[in-house]
Amino acid sequence: MLEIKNLHARIEEKEILKGLDLTIPTGEVHAIMGPNGSGKSTLAYVLAGNENYEVTEGSVKWNGEEILDMEPDERAATGVFLAFQYPMEIPGVATMTFLRTAVNAVRKARGMEEYSTPEFMKVVREKANELQINPEMLKRPLNVGFSGGEKKRNEILQMSLLEPSLCVLDETDSGLDIDALRIVAEGVNALRSEKRSMLVITHYQRLLNYIVPDRVHVMADGKVVRSGDADLALELEETGYAEFGGKAA
Amino acid sequence: MPAVEETVERVREIDVDKYKYGFSTDIESIKAPKGLSEDIVRFISAKKGEPQWLLDWRLEAYRRWLTMSEPEWANVHYPKIDFQELYYYAAPKSMDKPKSLDEVDPELLATYEKLGIPLSEQKVLAGVEGAELGTARPGVAVDAVFDSVSVITTFQKELEKAGVIFCSISEAVKTHPELVKKYLGSVVPTSDNYYATLNSAVFSDGSFVYIPEGVRCPMELSTYFRINEKQTGQFERTLIIADKGAYVSYLEGCTAPMRDENQLHAAVVELVALDDAEIKYSTVQNWYPGNSEGQGGVYNFVTKRGDCRGKNSKISWTQVETGSAITWKYPSCILRGDGSRGEFYSVAISNGYQQIDSGTKMIHLGKNTSSRIISKGISAGHSNNTYRGLVSAHRKASNARNFTACDSLLIGDQCGAHTVPYLEAKNSTAVFEHEATTSKISDDQLFYCMQRGLSEEEAIALIVNGFVRDVLQHLPMEFMAETQRLIGISLEGSVG
Repeated sequence: MLEIKNLHARIEEKEILKGLDLTIPTGEVHAIMGPNGSGKSTLAYVLAGNENYEVTEGSVKWNGEEILDMEPDERAATGVFLAFQYPMEIPGVATMTFLRTAVNAVRKARGMEEYSTPEFMKVVREKANELQINPEMLKRPLNVGFSGGEKKRNEILQMSLLEPSLCVLDETDSGLDIDALRIVAEGVNALRSEKRSMLVITHYQRLLNYIVPDRVHVMADGKVVRSGDADLALELEETGYAEFGGKAA
Repeated sequence: MPAVEETVERVREIDVDKYKYGFSTDIESIKAPKGLSEDIVRFISAKKGEPQWLLDWRLEAYRRWLTMSEPEWANVHYPKIDFQELYYYAAPKSMDKPKSLDEVDPELLATYEKLGIPLSEQKVLAGVEGAELGTARPGVAVDAVFDSVSVITTFQKELEKAGVIFCSISEAVKTHPELVKKYLGSVVPTSDNYYATLNSAVFSDGSFVYIPEGVRCPMELSTYFRINEKQTGQFERTLIIADKGAYVSYLEGCTAPMRDENQLHAAVVELVALDDAEIKYSTVQNWYPGNSEGQGGVYNFVTKRGDCRGKNSKISWTQVETGSAITWKYPSCILRGDGSRGEFYSVAISNGYQQIDSGTKMIHLGKNTSSRIISKGISAGHSNNTYRGLVSAHRKASNARNFTACDSLLIGDQCGAHTVPYLEAKNSTAVFEHEATTSKISDDQLFYCMQRGLSEEEAIALIVNGFVRDVLQHLPMEFMAETQRLIGISLEGSVG
C-alpha cells in the first residue's frame, strides 16, 4: 500500500506540491489527472527520488516503509518503478546491455540470483514479443533515435522486466498514436495484479479507456482536490479543468 | 555488463589516491651521473657499445637541443624542468645483458608478474596446447623495458621463423645496423622538436620491429614500459618498419611507481609503412597521474609519428590515455604514398589535477589519401583536457579526404574541455569534415539509470563506456576488457 501524507516539495524556491495526500491500496490502479502545472509530474519524480526536488514536509510510505530517505536505486530495489514521460537517451550503450545491467542490479539488490546472458536473452525476447518490439531495436543505443512509440514501449518493457510492485506511469500516452497507445495499454494491463499498485498520470481521459482505473484523483495547485471512480474521468472530459483553475487544453 | 560491475568492484577495493601500479622495485641499479652534458651522451653510447655513427648522431642532436627552447604553446602548466637534476641512464645492475629468461633477475620477473605481464613464455603458452604459431595466436610477444634498458624480449625465436625481427633497439643497432641506420630519424628527424631532439641525444632503449615483405606478423607485439628509479627520465625510442604488403599490430603499455616528485618521460616512436603495408599501433597509457592534490606524476612528452611511405599503406593509432600528470602527445600520420590512409582513435581521460593536451596531425601529401580522427575526451575533477589536431592537404594531394569527430564529456563543474582544430587545404579537391560536441553527463541521465536500479558509480561507468565505445572497438580484444575497467578506475572519486 502506498500512503502519501501532507507531501510538500519544491524545485529551487518554487513550491509545487502543497500538502498532497493520496493512498493506493495494494492491487489497485489509480489515475491522477489535472491541468498543466498542477504538479503531476513533480509527484512522479518525488516518488522516484529525483534530487532536483526538495521535499520539505510530509511522508511517503510504501508497504509501511518510509522511502523519502532512500536513494533512487534503493527505491528501485524496493519495487518503485517510474515510466518516464521523456525517457533519456544514452549514446553508445546498447539497449540490451542497459536492460541486463539494470535487471541484474535490481535482482542482486533483492537477493535474487543474477541472470546469465542466455537466460536473460530468453526472458527479454518473450517480453519484447508481447510488446511488439522488434529485437533489432534492442541492439540500438538506448532510446537514441527511437520514435515516440518505441521509447514508450521500451519503458513498459523495462517495467515488465524489473518486476516492480509500485508502477508510476508519467504521461505514458503523450506522443502516441492510437495503435501505439493500444499496445502500450495492453502491456500495462498485462502487468495488473493483486500484488501490484499503479499510479497512472495523464492529462487526457483517452488513456483511461484502455487502462480502466479503480479510482481517479484530480490534482490542482499541488494537492488532490477531488477523488472518484472511473466515471470522474469521463466527467472531466466533458467539463475540462476550468473549475480547478486550469486553462482549456 | 560484467565489465561495469567489475569496474565498480575494483573501484571499491582501492581508496582514493591509490594507484594500483604504484609500488616500486627495490633493485640495485647502475646510473649515469646526474645531469646532462656531452659526457653523459658519450657515457650512454659507450654503455651500449654503440658504433661511432650513432654517437655522432646523438651528439649532433644534443648540440641542436642546446639551441632550442621548451615549447609553450600547449594548454598545460607546470614548473620549469631542471634538466640538470635528472638522471639520464639507469639500468638494473644485473642487466649486463642476460641471454635467456633464466638469467634475468627474479626481482624483475616478479615486478612484471605483479604488473600482469608474465614474461615466461611457458606461462603465456600454458593452455594453448599444440597451437601452431600464426594460427592460434598464442599470447603476445613482449619487449619489457625497465627504466633505461630492455629486460627481455619474448618469443623472439618463433618470430624469427616468420622473418620478423623483434628486439630492443640497442640489440638492433648491433644485429641489423643497416636497417636502423636507414630508418632511425627518418620519420622524426633529430631536429624535430625540443623533446624529440632531447630523446635523440639520450635515448636509452626501446623496441625495434621489422616485418619483411608480404609477412603478416603471426602474433601481437608489445612493449611494456616501466619507470622505477627516482628522478630518472625515461627516453625510449621505438622504430617499427612494415615492408611491402606486411602487417603488424603492436601494443604499448606503461606504468610507474608513485613518487612525490614528477618523472619525465620523453619518448619517440617512428613507424614506417611501405607499399600496401599496414601498422596498427595501440597504446594504453597508465603512468602515475599524481595524487589527489596534484603532487607528483609523470610528465609525458611524447612524439609519435607514422610515415605512410608506400602507396596504399595504412597506419592506425589507437590510444587510451588515463595516466600522467601532464600529457603532451600527438600521434600523427604523414600520408605520403598515393592512396594511403591514416587513422587516429583516442580516448583521453583526465581526473584530479591532470592536464592533457593531445591530438593528432594528418598530413596529406599523396593523391587520393584519406584520414579519420575520432577523439573522445573525458574530463573530471579539476582536470583540463585539450584536443589539438591538424589536418592539412598539400598542393599535390588531390582528393584528400578527412573526417574528424571530437567529442568531449564533462563530469562535474570544476574541469575543462577544449578543442583546437587546425585545417589547411592547399588543394581545392580536398574534402575535410569536422564535427565537435561537448556534453555533460546530465543529472537526468544519472537519475534515469538509478531509477532502473544502478548505483551512481555504475551509472557513470555505463554512460562513459557508452561514450567511448566507438574508439574502444578499435583496440585489440585483449585490451578491451582491461580498458573498460581502467576507465571506471580513472573516474573514481569524480562524483559526489
